Amino acid sequence: MFSILRTIWYVFLHAFQKRITVQYPEQKPYLAPRYRGRIVLSRDPDGGERCVACNLCAVACPVGCIALQATEDENGRRYPDFFRINFSRCIFCGYCEEACPTYAIQLTPDFEMGEFHRKNLVYEKKDLLIDGPGKYPGYNFWRVAGVQIGGKNKGEAAHESPPVDVRSLLP
Amino acid sequence: MTSPYPLLSILGIVIGALSIAASLIYVERRLLALWQDRYGPNRTGYFGLLQVVADAIKIFMKEDWVAPFADKPVFILAPAVIFVTVLMSFAVLPVAPGIIVSDLNVGLLFFLAMSSLGVYSVVLAGWSSDNKYALLGGMRAAAQMLSYEVFMGLSLMGVVVLAGSFSLPAIVEAQRKMWFVIPQFPGFVLFLIAGLAETRRIPFDLSEAESELVAGYHSEYSGMKFGMFFVGEYMGITLISGMISVLFFGGWLGPVFPGVVWFFIKTFVFISLFILLRAALPRPRFDQLMSWGWKVMLPLALVNVLLAGAAVLLWR
Repeated sequence: MFSILRTIWYVFLHAFQKRITVQYPEQKPYLAPRYRGRIVLSRDPDGGERCVACNLCAVACPVGCIALQATEDENGRRYPDFFRINFSRCIFCGYCEEACPTYAIQLTPDFEMGEFHRKNLVYEKKDLLIDGPGKYPGYNFWRVAGVQIGGKNKGEAAHESPPVDVRSLLP
Repeated sequence: MTSPYPLLSILGIVIGALSIAASLIYVERRLLALWQDRYGPNRTGYFGLLQVVADAIKIFMKEDWVAPFADKPVFILAPAVIFVTVLMSFAVLPVAPGIIVSDLNVGLLFFLAMSSLGVYSVVLAGWSSDNKYALLGGMRAAAQMLSYEVFMGLSLMGVVVLAGSFSLPAIVEAQRKMWFVIPQFPGFVLFLIAGLAETRRIPFDLSEAESELVAGYHSEYSGMKFGMFFVGEYMGITLISGMISVLFFGGWLGPVFPGVVWFFIKTFVFISLFILLRAALPRPRFDQLMSWGWKVMLPLALVNVLLAGAAVLLWR
């Protein structure tokens, strides 16, 4: 009997406590930098596309919402011809970001993607590409990778020594 | 003491009761939110005041569906019964001197009779729905009403003995020296609990019990028929709160402000208390409810009547 009255009193005291509601549209909640929200495709510090169209993100995606087609430019750089994410399927698990070998695909702290038509939730490459490098400012895949492309021969990448001449006997 | 303008006071009380019941949708949600550290509806209009309008539009637009297996006439009649019986009870509720629809000399008995009739609504709704959950809800409601009705009447007998009348304005006038809550505190507590059970509010909402019985007796109801049950419940809260303030807290009596204002202040305090109880208390088990009613409340009510009668005999 006493505990019932005490309960009523304690619940009444809650009237004077701080509200825990976040008044959302006016008052934004804090989102951590690693929050898994809208997916973007980032660029090199030089401005080139990071994505090399390796399809690992599409393979890792548990709901199969990523579609892309690989192609090559005149320098031999692979890039996606089209890159399409269907956000009406995406579950924002972040596996694509983990799978990406070039830090190209990244999840951002933004979730305000509401649309009135479902087809507007299919984002094309022009919607996904951002101008900056995202979470990894200094990273440039083609500068550190050993792949030969136009303007960068074998052995010219960062931290890379020139290739060994297998026909020479010198050490 | 009937009203000088009977039609005016009838209109005033009906419109007042209905609009209070409607606004309780908003008040209840805001107050529940207050006690749960939230804000509640605050988007539609200033402070969310238009929420009532939005809810009303929504519920009127809903499909008014009658289940093909339901007993159609009874199914349609059931929500009207609760509405009518509660509104009838408002006829004897004295808001202020002169503002009363009908000053019956057995006003209190009329109120008790009407609130007992209200249970037909729930039982018929549960029966006509032809749904096991609805039927269980209706049966629970019937058993609960039967056992709580008994000491609801008995808990008021102390007040009647003290006032020497069944007429509600006379009972209010008898409280000029002292509110009846002081000599009749046990009666007040008993009536509060019985009133809670009578309105089927949350500690005693075993007839709806959404965690066990889907929605209990109104599982099959939709649209405005469901809305009628809801408005009936809110009017029941208003009625019981008004009755508590009339019977135990001196109704319209109070300094400075006119009587109507005091009546509404007191009524609103008890409406808030009902909502606070909803926010605070869990639902008891059904057998606990029954044994509590018969083994604790009924003997307490009898002892209370006995003591009140003895005291009046001794000191008068």
